[in-house]
Amino acid sequence: MSKFKKGKKGKELPQISTASLPDIVFMLLCFFMVVTKMRESDIKVRTRVPQITELRKIENKSLNSFIFIGPPSNQYQAQLGSAPRIQLNDAFAKPADIMTFANQRRTDVPPGQHNEMTVSMKVDGEVKMGLVTEVKTQLRKANMRRVFYLGNKRSEKK
Amino acid sequence: MADKKIPEINAGSMADIAFLLLVFFLVTTTIQTDAGLYQLLPQWVEEKSDVEPPKKNKKNVMQVKITASDQLIVEAGKQSAQINFDVLNLKERTIEFLTNNGRADDLSEKPTMAVVVLQNDNGTSYDKYLNVMNELNAAYNTIWNQAAKDEFGQPYEALDKKQQEEIKMKYPKFLSELEATDFDKKK
Repeated sequence: MSKFKKGKKGKELPQISTASLPDIVFMLLCFFMVVTKMRESDIKVRTRVPQITELRKIENKSLNSFIFIGPPSNQYQAQLGSAPRIQLNDAFAKPADIMTFANQRRTDVPPGQHNEMTVSMKVDGEVKMGLVTEVKTQLRKANMRRVFYLGNKRSEKK
Repeated sequence: MADKKIPEINAGSMADIAFLLLVFFLVTTTIQTDAGLYQLLPQWVEEKSDVEPPKKNKKNVMQVKITASDQLIVEAGKQSAQINFDVLNLKERTIEFLTNNGRADDLSEKPTMAVVVLQNDNGTSYDKYLNVMNELNAAYNTIWNQAAKDEFGQPYEALDKKQQEEIKMKYPKFLSELEATDFDKKK
């Protein structure tokens, strides 16, 4: 019955040393610090990007700016409805704001690297092309013509 | 009480183990990187030029249209248009058109003359558009890769800039986009 009682000899169980606990915690901390990606801005639109195969990595992240397009996420839908919106930095924007956005980005970059600047468009798959085309036109007008259409890797079928 | 005590586990090596784990996770976790399909948008020209663009022989042009209902219409060279084309076949079809080299009478004469034109509607979904765009780019990438292997015995990515240029000269990427149609406004 008393299987789980102390051993026959009444030996004391050694205490587990907690000396390594700080190490473990520290390790976890480091792990999360490395893995978590710092978001420069919180995304207010839903962007489920399409799956594609011909992906290319963005070479220089500091020269890259993001444009998000998609339906507003749940907490904003009450005010804005579910029609797709553009998000620049932290705020919702209109296509006409892209010009200002591009010029502002340009001031952050040394002039020699202006022609290396890229724009990543993170667009929800369900967005209609009308809005995307508008954005593209604005980007062309602003002379920010190097564009990445962000997508997720799709493993090749067959 | 008993005299014998189980000796304490030495915790000195715990830090090493922790570090080992840390390194393990560092190596194995892929930090999500953003990647995407690259496109260089054409330069914006303020006014529409009166000069007609040089007329292309119709057999050197492949037209890909995406309708407002996400249907694909492909018209390669002088061959009749294929309605309801499957995206999965688009890459093969594009390669066939581009590398025809005058074999079939109604497809492109040379890769250097072949043009792919993409047109979408304002009602096209972005998902469809990007998939089509992806397939067209995949076609070019496949051709380049093949050419690189034939010529230099290496995949295209492994070549240096000059060699890549050389291949691009042979198979230039003439992928242009027409202004989008607007199905809704026509009505």
